Amino acid sequence: MWLAIVLTAGGCYLLKLAGLSVPIAVLERPVVQRIADLLPVALLTALIGVQVFASGSQLVVDARLAGLAAATVALLLRAPFIVVVFVAAATAAVVRLL
Amino acid sequence: MTTAPPPEPALSPNDRSAIIRDGIAVGVATGVYGLSFGAISVAAGLTVLQTCALSILAFTGATQFALVGVVASGGAPMSGMVTGLLLGTRNTLYGLRVAPLLDWRGWRRAAAAHFLIDETTAMSVNRATRAAARIGFLSTGLAVFALWNLATLAGAIAGESLGDPRIYGLDAAVAGAFLALAWPRLKSRRNQLVAVLAVALALSLVPVTAAGVPVLAAAVIALLMGLVPDSSDTDEIRADELPAAERSDGGERG
Repeated sequence: MWLAIVLTAGGCYLLKLAGLSVPIAVLERPVVQRIADLLPVALLTALIGVQVFASGSQLVVDARLAGLAAATVALLLRAPFIVVVFVAAATAAVVRLL
Repeated sequence: MTTAPPPEPALSPNDRSAIIRDGIAVGVATGVYGLSFGAISVAAGLTVLQTCALSILAFTGATQFALVGVVASGGAPMSGMVTGLLLGTRNTLYGLRVAPLLDWRGWRRAAAAHFLIDETTAMSVNRATRAAARIGFLSTGLAVFALWNLATLAGAIAGESLGDPRIYGLDAAVAGAFLALAWPRLKSRRNQLVAVLAVALALSLVPVTAAGVPVLAAAVIALLMGLVPDSSDTDEIRADELPAAERSDGGERG
């Protein structure tokens, strides 16, 4: 277990450092610009999908979806980050109690 | 993002403290997430020390969750590591995005690399000036690091006595946090299309691939959409398409 932890930590650091160290010339290419703009969008939204619907290797609809819906409403009302997170958690918790 | 920065106005104390307040707020929110990580990690069979070492040394939430998730479901630690590193490549891509903004060199860059995560990227890409981006990155990075690790320790010690984190809706809180982070980027049609395709692809892969793969596969959507030239696009999404040197507003966040 410790070996996996150390390799994960070392690998993660090198991945981060590599991202900050790519030559500027590479970054000035429009294709790289577009891809770098779109990647966080694709990865963050995929993470949302998996966090909300995945249960192991199954897709399920449960209280998490209610939490996400509540978070969406909070964002539409321009609520600050912490409120959005709290609303999502509280909604899911309440739905589970019902 | 500016490669040849124009002269920048000094950051007013009000702007500065507003950015720092936002950073601390993100740190507090992440702390809730860290509490659940600590509890889940101990439940997966890691010791408190191993759990805290992951939060201090790896310091990237999705990777840590992936590693302990694989171990919890009976997978080998090494396969958990590979899954975690696949998710960690996300940070490399964030680095591409923020490197020209922050423009740190030498030891500053080496130190900043450790804090290169979802939250610090989100809180620095939207800034109009380099000074604001750096403060956003640093305040968020330090706040998240402190609270993530304290919360990991607290969650790990509480461990099983905390019970099922789902009772507190912590799993939905994670999704809510990711949505809040993605929200400012979902304004243009192009980005909305990428988001829909990414979710569809990831969910279609959940039943047939190992944990971690669906999210990584969504990167393919960004790669393919990024290869499509801009000529057919409308003015609506121009702000996303401007070459780096021309973009001065950086206004992805509402």
